[in-house]
Amino acid sequence: MRKTSRLGSEARLGWSLVAPALSVIALIAIFPLGWTFWESLHLHELRMPWLGKPFIGLANYAEIVKDPRFWGALGHTAFFTVVSISLELLIGLFLALAMNRVFRGRGFVRAAVLVPWAIPTVVAALLWRFIFESQGGIANALLVRAGILDQPMVWFIETATAWVPVILADVWKTTPFVALLLLAGLQNIDLTLYEAAAVDGANAWWQLRHITLPLLKPAILVTLIFRTLDGFRVFDLIYVLTGGGPGTSTEPVALYTFNALLQNLRFGYGSALSVVIFAITFGLALFYVRGLGVRLGGEES
Amino acid sequence: MKSATKPGPRWGRWIFGAALIGLMLFTLFPFYWAIVASLTSDAALFRDPSLWPEHLIFDHYRALFTERDFITPIRNSLVVAGTTTLFCLVVGTLAAYALARIEFRGKAPIMAFILAVTMFPQISIVSPLYLLLRSLHLIDTYPGLIMPYMTFAMPLTVWVLTGSIRQIPKDLEEAAHVDGATRRQSFTRILLPLAVPSLATTGILTFIYCWNEFLFALSFTLGPERQTVPVAIALFRGQYQVPWGEILAAAVVATAPVAAMVLVFQRRIVQGLTAGAVKG
Repeated sequence: MRKTSRLGSEARLGWSLVAPALSVIALIAIFPLGWTFWESLHLHELRMPWLGKPFIGLANYAEIVKDPRFWGALGHTAFFTVVSISLELLIGLFLALAMNRVFRGRGFVRAAVLVPWAIPTVVAALLWRFIFESQGGIANALLVRAGILDQPMVWFIETATAWVPVILADVWKTTPFVALLLLAGLQNIDLTLYEAAAVDGANAWWQLRHITLPLLKPAILVTLIFRTLDGFRVFDLIYVLTGGGPGTSTEPVALYTFNALLQNLRFGYGSALSVVIFAITFGLALFYVRGLGVRLGGEES
Repeated sequence: MKSATKPGPRWGRWIFGAALIGLMLFTLFPFYWAIVASLTSDAALFRDPSLWPEHLIFDHYRALFTERDFITPIRNSLVVAGTTTLFCLVVGTLAAYALARIEFRGKAPIMAFILAVTMFPQISIVSPLYLLLRSLHLIDTYPGLIMPYMTFAMPLTVWVLTGSIRQIPKDLEEAAHVDGATRRQSFTRILLPLAVPSLATTGILTFIYCWNEFLFALSFTLGPERQTVPVAIALFRGQYQVPWGEILAAAVVATAPVAAMVLVFQRRIVQGLTAGAVKG
């Protein structure tokens, strides 16, 4: 009897301590999410206040379905996400394996890779934009000097070449994060497994394929989910590097939505785009958690 | 595979070393180049960029604080990031304590909910926040940034702090309970002092996320008065051409404090980042 009342008071204490943080999150994150949906069912052009804010049902969503710029943006986002994450996972895995070894200068490597992760994305984008500038850019200068290019090229004028700095910048900035998540996973692997394998004469490649990768799978999946969702909301990097250009050929969904909202002041349509992005992100997360069985930390083991 | 044909350790180590050095160069080069370029005159930079500068000048840094008012965005960023971080730490500590130390029903869903919120796209709430802030006349004000910043800072703080507190051994608190200490006592007298490093790490992480934030700061400010550092740098404009020297000087100034913090607290930051993310 006493036990249950004690548990009851524990629960009350728990909830009352969590309540302030939860209500802040509910008030400024969840409530606006509902509002976005409500807004998306209206025609709301801040440029044309005389139109008022009539309810138009799903008309905004119907417009999205027929909007080539949206489908283009979705394609760019998917392309960016897939290419950059593949590179990041590969390089990140190598870095993690490297940082898991003992060698001279390991502390330096660990600290050095963390800096790109910590600086503002805007700054990272500017550094790479400057490297790839047509006038005075060091990339052109080095490529010309090495004889790979005949003359300086304008990277940002064509879609294919505009992606190069974008992907490079993202790989440069995010690989450290990937490597750290994978390293944390590596450090959980029981070292005696490797010793046993070595005794049996297994080489490093066998050990990587049959011990490291299978046991690292949970960490890889967690990284994949974080990075996919990050990739899908890419904004800062492309806003600064290409502005979505040339034309709108590198514009991701977040930038298109931003433009619809704050450049064109189409709040109804922009909100519908926001809802669609949210739904896609949510769907992806659900797919990872349900479909691939990603277990995210948090529960006590 | 016979041991004679498998790659010898020396060969493997060469490749490994070369790849690692290549990656380090890739990582460090943009920083090196930004610093060099920020100390080179625009004329020299655009004539023939050289990896090894001959004349170092500080003109760009001087211009940053005399011709442009770069102090204002720095102050704005400090106020917004600092206030958000402090508020999140205070409120977040209570929640993290409960989630790490108290057994109650609903804990797992709460954690899942918080994690879900950290992952949803910022752009999906820009429109209502804009309309809300506009109707409250908070566009282009500090509260108008601090409030939106809570949306990502609060879940981040609670998540990282909970993971961090869970790693602090419970023994001392349990011993105190046996000796008749109340929850409040064991929290304030025992856990809180032990959790100071966790709080510091979490604070640094939250601060860095706020300092770097771009989308909200771009959406909810109107002019240089309230712009934060990332927005100010991204919107730098020159009269005739892109003022790269000044942009890079500003980039160095904006990056230096964050880079210093990361280098000093490297180990703790890594622990804080990965504590919640990967299940052991």
